[in-house]
Formats: sequence, C-alpha cells, structure tokens
Amino acid sequence: MSALTYEDVISKYEPVLGLEVHVELNTNSKMFCGCSTIFGAEPNTQTCPVCLAMPGALPVVNEKAIESTILIGLALNCSIAPFSRFARKNYFYPDMPKNFQISQYDEPICVNGYVDVEIETDEGPQSFRIEIERVHMEEDTGKSLHVGGSTGRIHGADYSLLDYNRAGIPLVEIVTKIVPGTGKYAPEVAKAYVAELRDILRALGVSDVKMEQGSLRCDANVSLRLIGSEVLGTRSETKNVNSLRSVERAIRGEMIRHAERLNKGEKVVQETRHFQEDTGLTRSGRSKEQAEDYRYFPEPDLVPVVPDAQWIEKLRAGLPERPSLRRKRLQEQWSVPDKEMAAMINADVLNIVEETVLLGADPTKARSWWLGEISRLANEKDVAITALAITAKDVAEIVSLVAQGELTDKLARQVVEGVIAGEGTPAQVISARGIKVVNDDSALMAAIESACAAQPETAQKVRDGHLPAAGALIGIVMKETKGQADAARVRELLLGHLGQSGN
Amino acid sequence: MSSLSRDDVANLARLARIEMTDQELENLTTEFAVILNAVARVQEVATTDVPATSHPLPLKNIFRSDVVIPSLTPEEALSGAPASEEQRFRVPQILGEEA
Amino acid sequence: MIKNSAAEMSAALSSGATTSVALTQAHLDRISEVDGKVHAFLYVDTQGALEQAKKIDDARARGEKLGPLAGVPLALKDVLVQKDVPTTCGSKILEGWRPPYDSTVVTNLKSAGVVILGKTNMDEFAMGSSTENSAYGPTHNPWDLTRIPGGSGGGSSAALAAFEAPLAIGTDTGGSIRQPAAVTGTVGVKPTYGGVSRYGLVAFSSSLDQAGPCARTVLDTALLHEVIAGHDPKDSTSINAPVPQVVAAAKSGDVKGMKIGVVKELNGDGYQAGVRQRFEESLELLAKAGAEIVEVSAPNFEYALAAYYLIAPSECSSNLARFDAMRYGLRVGDTDGASAESVMNMTREVGFGREVKRRILLGTYALSSGYYDAYYGSAQKVRTLITQDFNKAFEKCDVMVSPTCPTTAFKIGEKADDPLAMYLNDIATIPVNMAGIGGMSLPSGVAPEDGLPVGFQIMSPVMQDQRMYSVGAALEAALLSKWGAPLLSKAPVLGGVA
Repeated sequence: MSALTYEDVISKYEPVLGLEVHVELNTNSKMFCGCSTIFGAEPNTQTCPVCLAMPGALPVVNEKAIESTILIGLALNCSIAPFSRFARKNYFYPDMPKNFQISQYDEPICVNGYVDVEIETDEGPQSFRIEIERVHMEEDTGKSLHVGGSTGRIHGADYSLLDYNRAGIPLVEIVTKIVPGTGKYAPEVAKAYVAELRDILRALGVSDVKMEQGSLRCDANVSLRLIGSEVLGTRSETKNVNSLRSVERAIRGEMIRHAERLNKGEKVVQETRHFQEDTGLTRSGRSKEQAEDYRYFPEPDLVPVVPDAQWIEKLRAGLPERPSLRRKRLQEQWSVPDKEMAAMINADVLNIVEETVLLGADPTKARSWWLGEISRLANEKDVAITALAITAKDVAEIVSLVAQGELTDKLARQVVEGVIAGEGTPAQVISARGIKVVNDDSALMAAIESACAAQPETAQKVRDGHLPAAGALIGIVMKETKGQADAARVRELLLGHLGQSGN
Repeated sequence: MSSLSRDDVANLARLARIEMTDQELENLTTEFAVILNAVARVQEVATTDVPATSHPLPLKNIFRSDVVIPSLTPEEALSGAPASEEQRFRVPQILGEEA
Repeated sequence: MIKNSAAEMSAALSSGATTSVALTQAHLDRISEVDGKVHAFLYVDTQGALEQAKKIDDARARGEKLGPLAGVPLALKDVLVQKDVPTTCGSKILEGWRPPYDSTVVTNLKSAGVVILGKTNMDEFAMGSSTENSAYGPTHNPWDLTRIPGGSGGGSSAALAAFEAPLAIGTDTGGSIRQPAAVTGTVGVKPTYGGVSRYGLVAFSSSLDQAGPCARTVLDTALLHEVIAGHDPKDSTSINAPVPQVVAAAKSGDVKGMKIGVVKELNGDGYQAGVRQRFEESLELLAKAGAEIVEVSAPNFEYALAAYYLIAPSECSSNLARFDAMRYGLRVGDTDGASAESVMNMTREVGFGREVKRRILLGTYALSSGYYDAYYGSAQKVRTLITQDFNKAFEKCDVMVSPTCPTTAFKIGEKADDPLAMYLNDIATIPVNMAGIGGMSLPSGVAPEDGLPVGFQIMSPVMQDQRMYSVGAALEAALLSKWGAPLLSKAPVLGGVA
C-alpha cells in the first residue's frame, strides 16, 4: 500500500501532462460508409461491405464529419490545414476489420490551437492555457464481448463475440502539446480541460459527449520530473478514464505511483495502463515485447482534403458562444455570487440549471434545488446528478407548483424524492402519493377548532398573548392534515381565530 | 546495401501475422537479399527536390453526404463468418490489448 | 458461332439469327469440351448464366431496347466480387466464399445484359505474370498447353483464345491484362486509372489496380470498355468525367497525322528477336496508314520496375491484412485453447501462397519505421519522375508504343523459381500503371522462332483512351489485310472444334 501522500509527491516532483481526447461525432452515417450510427441497435444490423472490410470494399469520406472536425478545430483556436490527407495505421486486432485504421498521420486537418481553463487554487482562481498540438479524424472500432471469463474482461475469457455496428463511426482525436507548469493542480487542470472540451463540443452540437456512453474518451499521459529539472521523465499512458472524476483520480494516482517508483530508485516503465473505477488505481496493460510499428503511409483509396477558405470562414462565423463567455453571461443574468457559480460548475450542474431556467423556473430556486436537495440525494446514492431520473422539466414543474402554492417546500421535497425513486413525473407522484396542499380554509378551520378544543389550556395561552404556544396547536393541525397543510397559513388562521394578528 | 538477417525476416513475419516455417524463413532471407538489392536503386534518383506521388490523378475533396443508406442484413453480414453466435462474429480468445 | 466476335454475335442476336440462350449454351458446351485442358475457369455459373440469357431473350422478344452487348457471354476474372457466386482471387484463403454484394463492374455488366459465364483463373491476388501462382493450378495457353497464358489474368485471356468466351474482364496492376493478351494473341486494355470503378475489385495495389476489357478484337474491347467504365461515387478515386468515345475511335481507326512515339528504353536488349521484328513491322504498317513515327525517350523508365516492386507490395501488405480468419474466408487452427492471434497466423500461413507471402513481407519491410524514406518514399518519387517522362514525351506524340513484353509465352515452370526473372515480364507494362495512363495490347503476329503470339503495346495520356483505340483499330485492320484471317485462326485446334 502507498505510504506516500500526494503532498509528499508534489514537494519533490512536478508533473508534466499530455491529454488525448477522442470524440465520437454525432453524424447520421459512418465516417466512410452510409451505415447508420444509432446507439444501441441489435448487433451487426448497421454494417456493410465497407465497414466490415469485405474484399473489394472502398471508403468514401463523410462530408459532415469533415465539417464537424473543422468546427472543432476552429473552436479550439487551431489553424485549419490547407491540405490534409488520410493515412493507414497498420496493426492487427479483431475489432478493427481492415486490420488497419484509416486515420491521419503527418498531415492532420487542424494544428496548433489552445484552450484556456480556470481552476480554484489556494490563491484564488487561476487560468491555465492548454496548447493543442493537433486535431485529426479517424474511425472507431467494433465492440467485443468477452465470453467465458469471470469478469467479462478480456483476461481469462474463452472466446469473444464481435459486433461491428460501431466500427467506422467517425472519431476526432484532440491531442495536447505537453502541459508543464500545473504543479499540484495537475489533476484539477486536467479535469477542467476535459470539462471545457466537453462544453465546447456540446455547444458545437457535433457530439453527444457522454463519457459514460463512450462518445467522449480520455487518455491521460503523466510523467514526473524533479522540481526545477529540464529533463522530462518517462511517461505512462492511462486509458479507460470514463468520467471527469476519473480524470482527476487517475492523474493523482499515477503521480503517486510514479513517485513511489522513483523514490525507490526504480524506473517508470513506458506503458499503457488501464484505470480501475473501483480502486482508483491503474493496472498495467499486457506488456509488449516490442513497440508496435504502425507503418503509416498515405491512404491510397482516398484523396486529399483541401478545405475551401470561404467555407472555413463561413464555419468560423457560425461558431456558437464560447462556454467561458456563456458562463459569465449566465452569472450576470442570474446575479450569482462567484462562490456559488464555482460550486455549480464544480458540481457540473450549470447546464441542467440553465435548462431548468429556460423552462420558466426562477434561477435562484432552480439553483437551490439542483445544488441542494438533489445533489444531496445524488451523493447519498453515490451517483452523478445526471444519472438520476429527475429532469430539468420535472424541477421546473415543481418550482412552478410551489410558486403557485400548490406545493409547500416540504411537500415539494417529497415529490422530488418520488421522481428520483422512479415513481414517474411530478404529476404522477403527486397523484399516486395523494400529495396535496390543504388550501381549503374551511377544512383548515375545522382542524384548528378541533385542535383548540383538544388543548384548551394551550389555546388560552395564545389568546393571552403567549404566541409561541401556537406551535403545539399548529403541530396538531399538521398531523391532522397529514402534513399537507401550509403551515404558514395554519398559523395565520389559528392566530386570527384566537384573536391575535400573525407575527 | 542493407540485407536482412533471418531474425529480421522472422520479425517481419510476426508483424504480418504469418506463421512461417524455418524453411520459408531461410528461403526468404536469401530471396530478399537479391530483391532488395534490385529495388534499392530507386534511391539513385529519388532526391529531396522530387515530390512523391500518391495518386496518379490530382483529385481532391471527394465526399459523400451524411445520409444513411440501407446496411446489409445481419444474415448477409455474417454469411461468410467461420463462426458466429448471437448474431455476432465469434472469434477465439484474444490475447493482446487494443492499441 | 463461338469463333465470331462479340460484335458479330450481337448482330446475330439483334437480327434474331440466334438467341442468347443458344449462344450461352454453345459457350458452356465449349467450356465443357476444352476447359479440362485449358483450365481457364475456376467456376462456371451454368444456372446463373442461362437465367440471365433467358431474361435478355424475353426482353428482346418484348421489344425492349437493349444495349449492344446484351445477351453476349463474358468471362470474369475471379478478383471481382459477384454476389452469391464463389469469388476466390485464386487463393485458398477465400475458397468457397460467396460475396453478399456485387462489384460495380458486375453491376454495370448486369445492367447492360451481359451474360457472365463464370470466374476465371488468376495468379493469387493478382500477383504474378504467369497464372502459375494460382492456388488452384495453372491455366494453359491455348496456343501451346505446356506454356503459360500470362498473368495475373491468364484465365481471362486463355478463355478468349480458346473461344470459351468472346469477352472477358481482367484487371491490370503492372501488366496483368496486357501481358496475357500479348502471349495469347488477344486484345486487352487497361483504362486510365480511375476510368473503371474499383468498388468490388479485391485490392492488390490500390493506387495501381484497374479493371479493364478484354476480347479478341479492338472493337469488341471498345464495346466492353463503354459498358464497364464511368464514374462511381462508391470509389473515391474514380474519375467524374464522361467515358471517352472509344467505340467511335475503334470504328474509325483513323491515324492520319497522328504522331506515334517509340520509347527508346523499351525496345533494346533482352527483347526476343521475333518480338522486335513484329514490332518494327507494325510500325511500318502504321506509317503506311498515315501516322508519323517519332522517337521519344523516357530515361526514368529503367527505375520503374524497382519502384513497382516497392509500391505494390507495400500497398498489398496492408490490403491483405483483412484476411485474418475472423469475419470470412478460411480459418484453421481453431482448436481448444488456440488464441485469435495463433489462428490468424496459421490461417495466413496456410491460406496464402509463396508469392503472396513474399510480397507481404517485402511490403511490410518497405513501410517499416526507419526504412520508409529509403524504400516506399523513394519509390513514390520515382513515380513522379516517370509521370514527368510521360508528360514530356506526350508533348511530342499522341500515343507511345512498345512491344508489350520482352518474350513470347515461356514454359510452365520455367521461371517459377526465379522471382526476379518473373518480374522482368512486366518491364514494358509497369510504367503505364505508375503514371496512371491508358495502355492496350493487341496481337502483332507470331514470333517466327517459336510460332507464338507477340503483342504490340499502345499507351495514351490520362483520359485520352480513345487514342489507343484509333491506333489499335488501324493496326488491326492493316494486319488483318496482311494475314488474310484473324491471328487466332492460326491457333492450334483444341478439342477438335473447327
């Protein structure tokens, strides 16, 4: 077990990062053929001679994929190459039908961009610029199901079953230049970078960017060097990083692992490792005796991509608002203090709060529900907020019902709980559970009179001006109405009944 | 001119996923020496100022619209499969890791 | 009937003198009679061919308008996929495989009503110059059954020469249509690269491969050319321009005022005496027909063979990677506990022949890190130099010419153990593929020393294929006058059919 703390690590070493993000584009058809890309179809129902790599089949480039990639490059401040080509990356693997991947090698479509991210440090908010080396296009592989082993993993499996529906779906790879200078904030910076990329891509509308579904994948490269040294350390690559939280954990974990080895005088092995969600640690991939030589050469079945300058400018003019600008705008519109804004961003609820507001909810109320009660429930269940059954529409409806007086805050919490538990929409939950604010004054009066009759001494205290005593009577009424009365209204009516004005 | 050792040839066979016999490796090592000697003469004229040709014709920007067209049926897709199960291609246990 | 040209058969069908079913059956009978000796066919689609023939006959009876080759039979090189029909590419690794789709060439043939008799033999995955590399045994040259019919498309050319079909489709990467045409006394054309779709043509060397028409006459070849050529959106390297007017050119055969460039570097030592003799005679005939003969030089052609034997293996090492026993084709070694990797390795060892394995390894080497610039990279530069040579030469002439190959048909087995000697067969044909221009071979006679056919090669600039047909038709007409009868009438009688 690790005796080294993170503090130990950063007191001696500084990390250097490299991040590779793969994005699955949301085009209707695949990168090189017309098969559908719909997620979750029956196996091998979205394949053809091209994406199955049958003898004689040929690729043809999807124009929308080119457009999406250029948009991504522009949004990342890249230069769009006036001339770019596809290349074959040759290696054998059953999920890759041609046993080469059509990708790009030394002539990628976008180069030299940057992304600015902001994180909270001890000294306050700090900005980091992540430089982008390149953005290029390639194609996704099929999916394998490993059968026979105990874990469903590849090790120990007896055989595998291959579904090629995913083979050929367009992928865009975004590669950063090396990222030094993050110091102890490396994990946060990496997380913020991936989150920012995700927001940019979502704003562009080019991908679903759902890390859980695999449409956004991150490979993290980490190396350590002694503080002050110019010499780069050996890096390891970590794959299977499936959430923002995992990005942070993986990098932190790798930094500690590297430091442990280096402190012992051992070398860090340059290898690919796999992130384990359950332990937060990485596991070594099968070591290769020799590095794979991909034998790249220009793809002879495709011709060069020479984007028209006018087309590029048209795309540039159509770029949507930058996420950072959007955040500033929302903060102003909603009058949110910095700390609260940071809390929303950190909890990854900004988008869903905006969605809720766009459906008519008051921003403060929307924020308080998502950051408050719903976050609490998500933490209790140890899942992401977005994984809960409750949607922006549900919350907007609940806020509206409370505003109209149809629900009290307390009742609203019950409705939220019910929706999250899978009982249906707010209306269905209200109906099924019989939740109703008792608004009917005459019914309330009846309950009030009955409570006063049951506790005449207490009622007398109130008549005499001892207002706090009203609490006990209110409690009885609430019990009587199964908590569905509006406590404030009860108090009002009670005091009025007992000759006191509400205080 | 560079020649290949038997180990070099064996390595190429490994990269190309072909399980060659010792005799084949022997023969190829000899043949390669001759062939490489013959083909290496391309270097005589391939100077730096000569651009490479990848395509005989200067085509560019050949695209298709992002429109879905009918796929093969799963039966057609799997029609040549050496083995299949649950509408998927069945392959023996995979030892290596994805790149 | 089977000795006629396709054009003559078409006329007979139009006039009602015969039916497609009768014509098809006559060819099927011929195949039964002689193919035991020739072995041009790997698969004969008796049922499919007769069904297609009947369809055409019925359409004709209904008065439907049909194309010029509707109802005429054809042999298809087994490297082009045809739906539900066994397609092997001459390899064991695809034994029994029936594709679930048609190549565009086949789609075009079917639309034109051509009757596909079956699939013809070839060097495995189009790698070879003799059809000896077929995993299913060699094809025999109808002129002399102990000799090769050329390669890689020896089956198609032999089928023509043995009158088993009047039309055939071949593919040409370094000469695989033209060289077989030359050694069997038939006509074969490699169109400009991109002129015929490669969708469904099992790839050997993607930037060099091209399917093309083969027949016994220049006009037949032109008719077939117009059926199979044209833009295909499924092939990104396909030319989006109208098909050149090759039939009109073949019918006119007018060479008056045309400049014909003789390539200095393609007619020297190493060319058999009879080959050179027939070549010189053909030049004289063309001059008599009104053409002007000029000499042109292409100094970089001497590097073409070396560049080809780097580019083609490199591309094929990648193209053939898909044959891995996972999704189609042969699978061996799938016993208890075998891994996917070992099944792949064993299958490719057993499923591929010697030449294929040799080229895959050569290509793997040429592309490897550290060697790319010296080999593949350099070869691609030689390609540029060859194209520049052609461009310069075509400023001085309309077409360029040479003997198609240095020798007549050699004996089966004669060069099988000497790869380099085998590769030299393509020395005159390869530059054409490197530059992507058009190339034709037509018979120029037989060599006096052995009585075997000799081919005359015509080369035309990119997208000017019609020029080859003009010159080819002119020469063919002149030679026909000289011989009094088609060359193939001098071929030995096979199976006793007159």
